Amino acid sequence: MSWMEKIAADFEKTFIRDDRYKLFVTGFKNTILITVVSLIVGLLGGIFIAMVRYGFSQMKKRKPITLPQKLVYAVLWVVDKILALYVAVMRGVPLIVQLLIMAFVIMAGFPNKIVVCCIAMGLNSAAYVSEVVRGGINSVDAGQMEAGRSLGLSAATTIIHIILPQAFKSALPALCNEGIAVLKETSVVGYISVVDLTRASDLVRSRTMSAMMPLFFIAAVYFVCVMVMSWGVSILEKRLKQGDRG
Amino acid sequence: MIEVRGLKKNFNDLKVLNGIDYKIDQGEKIVVIGPSGSGKSTFLRCLNLLEEPTEGQIWIDGVDITDPRNDINKMRQKMGMVFQHFNLFPHMTVLDNIMFAPVKLKIHTKEEARENAMRLLKRIGLEDKANEYPNKLSGGQKQRIAIVRSLAMNPEVMLFDEPTSALDPEMVGEVLDLIRELADEGMTMVIVTHEMGFAREVGTKVLFIDEGIIKEENTPKEFFENPKNQRLQEFLSKVL
Repeated sequence: MSWMEKIAADFEKTFIRDDRYKLFVTGFKNTILITVVSLIVGLLGGIFIAMVRYGFSQMKKRKPITLPQKLVYAVLWVVDKILALYVAVMRGVPLIVQLLIMAFVIMAGFPNKIVVCCIAMGLNSAAYVSEVVRGGINSVDAGQMEAGRSLGLSAATTIIHIILPQAFKSALPALCNEGIAVLKETSVVGYISVVDLTRASDLVRSRTMSAMMPLFFIAAVYFVCVMVMSWGVSILEKRLKQGDRG
Repeated sequence: MIEVRGLKKNFNDLKVLNGIDYKIDQGEKIVVIGPSGSGKSTFLRCLNLLEEPTEGQIWIDGVDITDPRNDINKMRQKMGMVFQHFNLFPHMTVLDNIMFAPVKLKIHTKEEARENAMRLLKRIGLEDKANEYPNKLSGGQKQRIAIVRSLAMNPEVMLFDEPTSALDPEMVGEVLDLIRELADEGMTMVIVTHEMGFAREVGTKVLFIDEGIIKEENTPKEFFENPKNQRLQEFLSKVL
């Protein structure tokens, strides 16, 4: 058999026999689904965490005096500490371990494992996103906050409309990296028997006893997905450039 | 209109303001000068609580703004502030920079705010820049827009924190002209500046702040021609 015939046979075995391509299609769909949902959860959660923590750091500048102010301060103080702990734990424990804990302890018996993946990965990503957004917020000139406040705007309004849009822009490259990381990290969901791209290649490989074709194929798919994401972000970055610092 | 009593401000161990008492009446133009690090900017920033005083009270129109029960956001609406580095919002057009606060705080409807903003831009001759982003403008243009952004809130007092210190020399004039115009219209102002000629011309009173206290306070003529404090004499001999 010539090498071309070998490859053709390998291809037939990996994709066509027993409709195995369907397994890859299912895997791809799940990989994308888990990535997108996790990223949305992570982005919303991360921005929320960063805003609460930044808002509290701003509040610390003014001592609370009246009782309601003291109560709000105390509640925020506790929330801030909890969020700090949350971020530390999410960054300090391997994702696979978090996924296993979510699947077999916290949400044990939950029938839809894909939902479990999205929650576990989304919560993990939120911790990273919050740090990225916090870095973005810190990169915004302190004068922006002062300008907003001096016009009589509240801290919350200034953060949402003045600080965050600028923070988001400088955080965009790092957020893009986070998106790529989440996409690639979805390859661990096979640990809890969710059929993603990687798991699909595992299943096929165990039937065909041929490793190269399925592994190179999914490697290429991951790679193309990452390229598409980077390309999308670079377009977004260009559009945001118009109002650059000045 | 503004009354400051026993104002002290520490940054950790560093004592910046060591007890300032002063009263500013409506329509006055107070110019504050002093060496760098003397506390003059801190004094100005305390007036709208961008710095929280360590001790002392500040009354604006009879309301003690250092009392946390009073809504500082409401008080700040009456006090425009202009910064050394302009602090325009770089992600908004010039028009949005001016309109944002009045619309958000429901002082004007969108249409009113737009009209008002265009009127202000026309006044400074920059109506053609309405839809530009700030990075397209010169320093002088940015600062004049920062001034009208404050004016769009119809403030009763304007605070200027070294408004021309970050400008190229040839742009200082256009900014000072605008401030002078506002002064002539009767706006109450507190100005921290290094422009001595301007201080003399526009100020109703000039303050010399050094080591965190007011060392001398006088009418511009007396202040510059007949300085009594020795530190002020030294200071003027260096800068004039």
